Amino acid sequence: MSAASAIPPDLPAPVRKTALNAVHRQMGAKMVEFNGWDMPVEYPASIGCGIVNEHMAVRTGVGIFDVSHMGDIRLAGPQALDAVQHISMNDAAKLAIGQAQYSALLYPQGTFVDDVIVHRLGEEEYLLVINAGTREKDFNWVRDNTRQFDCKVEHLSDDFTQIAIQGPKGVNVLQKLTDADLGAVKFYWVTRGTVCGLKNILMGRTGYTAEDGFEIYIPPDEETSAQVWYAILEAGKEFGVVPCGLGARNTLRLEGKLPLYGHEISDTINVWEAGVERWCKMDKPEFIGRAALEKARGEGLKRTLVGLEMVERGIARDGYKVLGEDGGEIGYVTSGSPAPFLKKNIALAYVPPTHVEVGSTVRVEIRGQGVKAQVVPTPFYKRPKK
Amino acid sequence: MSYPTDRKYTKEHEWISSDGKVGITTHAQDSLGDIVFVELPKVGTELTAGKTFGTVESVKAVSDLYAPASGTVTEVNGELATSPENVNKDAHAAWMVKIAVKDPAELNVLLSAADYEKFVSEEAGH
Repeated sequence: MSAASAIPPDLPAPVRKTALNAVHRQMGAKMVEFNGWDMPVEYPASIGCGIVNEHMAVRTGVGIFDVSHMGDIRLAGPQALDAVQHISMNDAAKLAIGQAQYSALLYPQGTFVDDVIVHRLGEEEYLLVINAGTREKDFNWVRDNTRQFDCKVEHLSDDFTQIAIQGPKGVNVLQKLTDADLGAVKFYWVTRGTVCGLKNILMGRTGYTAEDGFEIYIPPDEETSAQVWYAILEAGKEFGVVPCGLGARNTLRLEGKLPLYGHEISDTINVWEAGVERWCKMDKPEFIGRAALEKARGEGLKRTLVGLEMVERGIARDGYKVLGEDGGEIGYVTSGSPAPFLKKNIALAYVPPTHVEVGSTVRVEIRGQGVKAQVVPTPFYKRPKK
Repeated sequence: MSYPTDRKYTKEHEWISSDGKVGITTHAQDSLGDIVFVELPKVGTELTAGKTFGTVESVKAVSDLYAPASGTVTEVNGELATSPENVNKDAHAAWMVKIAVKDPAELNVLLSAADYEKFVSEEAGH
């Protein structure tokens, strides 16, 4: 074989680290690989952490997360809105400057490239916040499918350290560190201001915990990132702030039925099945995936996402089989876990439309045993209205 | 961390005391995190050294329990069904099952407290 035709060896991609990696290690976090990133799963019990404590802190006080592995795509130019409308399922024309919306990028089949938060930052400027595991795929998809528009597409994923400050006390903590009036920022709106002396910092009242909170976008160098991280922990002391890892992030989002790519949504699951039609605007101008969804709607659903609560003793986990009353396989669990705040064992699962009624009994196969579970209303947890 | 010297340890992070009580180590509970579920065999079940005999689950993960020695289960710690967090609080007190060890010679091949401690620190160094 000649050198010219040699195919590079298929080496696994190196594990990536956020700018706060050394901080997590210094704090004693247990680290895991998640979608190619070396991330904290939980912090040690010796500093009042662990998944359950971290989860409870976010539900009742405040917790902070390093979410710098999330990606960012900026679309700007005279036809930025047309481009965003073409590649996403929600109606971006409804966004005022400074407003954000949950949305998704779809394949022509009506299945998911990824779910995203679309922020309108300016008259002709949009920021899509995307998942860590789908960064390159999403950017390529957006770039390739917006070429016909007069709009610049930039991949800004490595331009920010992103920190989420989540929980009912999150607003109080961040307010101590910024001159922006956070009380005036509604849920799913953004503002800019000075944070810890850093000028013009983007702050969104968004998150992935089913709780109130903010996500801030700061410069990505290690020194600045660490300085802001520790400043938030210091400012949050009086509110009992704790650092939180991916473990609590998962249980929090599961209680709130927020989808996770590769679990509740994927390239083989469509919008109707996933039950996210609230954010899919069929009456807006044409978008990728719309025609297939129109057709699928007429054909009816083969499976749909439901919430389960274990009735008998046992914990449903991702990938476990769901069985009907007769023991036959009818579906599968997409995400399952103990729910620390609700103190129940809960799961999301795909089942046929015959088993979606609240109160229906199904079984989850756990180590060879069919353990009884019940279909319950979702989201499992809804934050109290103020 | 000092491990009690009144018992033997396995590389799968279980301990067995001289009276046949079996549990998991402090190191094991620390790696697992918040323990929320423990599934144990019934009294009378025959355990085989090195084979799984139950399950312990934390919020995040499911782990098998391996028998440190062969023998018959004579008692089960029923408290763990309702208070699995006892394993986090004091893993070396929160025994899971008690077994009548079939061949006490099997215990000779297990690790001493000092050897287990060394094993854990070497494992952490990887």
